[in-house]
Amino acid sequence: MTTTPIPSQAGQSASNPLDQRPDALGRFGQFGGKYVPETLMPALAELEAAFYQYWQESEFQQELNGLLKDYVGRPSPLYFADRLTQHYARPDGTGVQIYLKREDLNHTGAHKINNALGQVLLAKRMGKQRIIAETGAGQHGVATATVCARFGLSCVIYMGVHDMDRQALNVFRMRLMGAEVRPVEAGTGTLKDATSEAIRDWVTNVETTHYILGSVAGPHPYPMLVREFHHVIGQETRSQAMEKWGGLPDILLACVGGGSNAMGLFNDFIHDSTVRMIGIEAAGEGADSGKHAATLTRGRVGVLHGAMSYLLQDQDGQVIEPYSISAGLDYPGVGPEHSFLKDLGRAEYYSVTDQQALEGLQRLSQLEGIIPALETAHAIAYLETLCPQLSGSPRLVINCSGRGDKDVQAVAKVLKMNEL
Amino acid sequence: MVSVSSCMNSLRDRGQCALIPFITAGDPNLETTAAALQILDRSGADIIELGVPYSDPLADGPVIQAAATRALQHGTKLENVLEMLKIVSPKLRSPIVLFTYYNPVLNRGIDTFFQDIAAAGASGIVIPDLPLEEVEKLLPAAAAANIEIVLLVAPTTPKERLEAIAAQSQGFIYLVSVTGVTGMRTKVESRVQELITELRGITDKPIGVGFGISQPAQAKQMMEWGADAVIVGSAFVKRLAEGSPEQGLQAIETLCRSLKSAIAE
Repeated sequence: MTTTPIPSQAGQSASNPLDQRPDALGRFGQFGGKYVPETLMPALAELEAAFYQYWQESEFQQELNGLLKDYVGRPSPLYFADRLTQHYARPDGTGVQIYLKREDLNHTGAHKINNALGQVLLAKRMGKQRIIAETGAGQHGVATATVCARFGLSCVIYMGVHDMDRQALNVFRMRLMGAEVRPVEAGTGTLKDATSEAIRDWVTNVETTHYILGSVAGPHPYPMLVREFHHVIGQETRSQAMEKWGGLPDILLACVGGGSNAMGLFNDFIHDSTVRMIGIEAAGEGADSGKHAATLTRGRVGVLHGAMSYLLQDQDGQVIEPYSISAGLDYPGVGPEHSFLKDLGRAEYYSVTDQQALEGLQRLSQLEGIIPALETAHAIAYLETLCPQLSGSPRLVINCSGRGDKDVQAVAKVLKMNEL
Repeated sequence: MVSVSSCMNSLRDRGQCALIPFITAGDPNLETTAAALQILDRSGADIIELGVPYSDPLADGPVIQAAATRALQHGTKLENVLEMLKIVSPKLRSPIVLFTYYNPVLNRGIDTFFQDIAAAGASGIVIPDLPLEEVEKLLPAAAAANIEIVLLVAPTTPKERLEAIAAQSQGFIYLVSVTGVTGMRTKVESRVQELITELRGITDKPIGVGFGISQPAQAKQMMEWGADAVIVGSAFVKRLAEGSPEQGLQAIETLCRSLKSAIAE
């Protein structure tokens, strides 16, 4: 693995907006920035400085890459999904060639560990002994609890009460590894509320605590540094594609809640204009139902959790409680870089419903023997819409961002109810 | 409408420390908020901070969070808050400082927002999630509407940043006395004294100390340490929410008077 180039800092030519992701103020175009209480501003500056310093150090890179290999199990395979490909093939045998980037095979079962590991190494170097994090589906919480166990750090995870109920397996995993899971009852008891509570904890304990934010969201430098820690996903995909067919993928497809797995896959291909990038949001009961989490599809520009981005909000600028069957996508905001890529037209964003995602989950399970997470199932489900629109046999890579063990009880409940 | 800075300056000329109570608009209802503003105004308040309820109040502790949630559940909208304020503000001696998170400002349109709050009689604004770096683009709209933007400094703010914030802040400088969110605390941190002294060495502007102050003795302590204003929030919000509106109004009047007498010499 090679060292990722450092993102451009201040003062460079802005002729191509894609060259400044972000600029010196932490902005991706109009999006991003740092909208946080003053108490946190010095900590964000400290984190940014630490990131720029250590990311360049070979000792840091060696430790991170060593752990990614031996502890996480990277590189994750790029798997040709033969039967899924056949499922969407035309009668003449042509059709989309579908590959899965198997982040579900990482230790802890999702891409989230890449970022948790990177940030815990930073926290250690910054001398922080206490770690906090928010979690929705519990995958980021589990990843954080895991690295805290690995490095002997005290760990508090904020999780909405509704999510604790629907992702009970992950709550147990976190506790088993010694993390304290603090239930958050505010709002709908989901990811938004857990994030707010984690930020309040950080405001209070900022001098001793590092906040491992779990997505490419939040105030600068998080969207940048979380992306860089997931950059390895796209980087591996590029070299695996080169190995397998000697070229680039034509299409990248990933689910988007906050958007970390999508940014991880997209980032290495941003400047490859032939590569089409598609993000899939959660439409819940339908993008017109009022019960959804389709932020980029249905939101307006606003500020939440420290960043300017698209946001689900009412006419008064109050944040709307989102809804999705998938706890990891059940968030009213989205990472600012996705808003930027959407407005530039560099990436496209669509949404699929709970029902479509459930069907996608079953399809991948039955055709490939891979049970994806409900989040990932949204990306899988979009194949139904996308494949008939495509001509020829383009190569498509889906980020198989997480495995579905955590969801089986919740899914069983719904499927029984619907008698599917 | 009296500006926040002229109010602060005239108090300082008379050697007085200002009392700035905070209440959340719409909790328990806007009629009570209107009554509360007038009661505070005649019970020792020098400036009144009025919180606009927001769905995601990151800088607030449980008391003000709960008040905002209740106010929103009752259907309180910025529009109604401003209508109420328009009627009540001419009856008040104290300038009104609105406390709102940034998203409702952005959502209304920055120019419109400042014009509308000025028309309703507000003199100043505190936006707790808008740091120095982002304030600049609001200054022209605020200046055009005669609204002063009060900036916050925290115990974690380094010296050069203190200087930059102090230079930019209007009305007074809001010194957050704790690393943490709003809410009542039994003890004030002793380092607040050093923070006030440090800030005093940097700026001539008035210093208001808030977050975590709820009792008359704590307010007095702040005054003795050199604060020009003491801001008390959760203690008022909690009292106003307990029992009937009449009992709540009675309780905040008592608290306001006792805080004022503690800092009046």
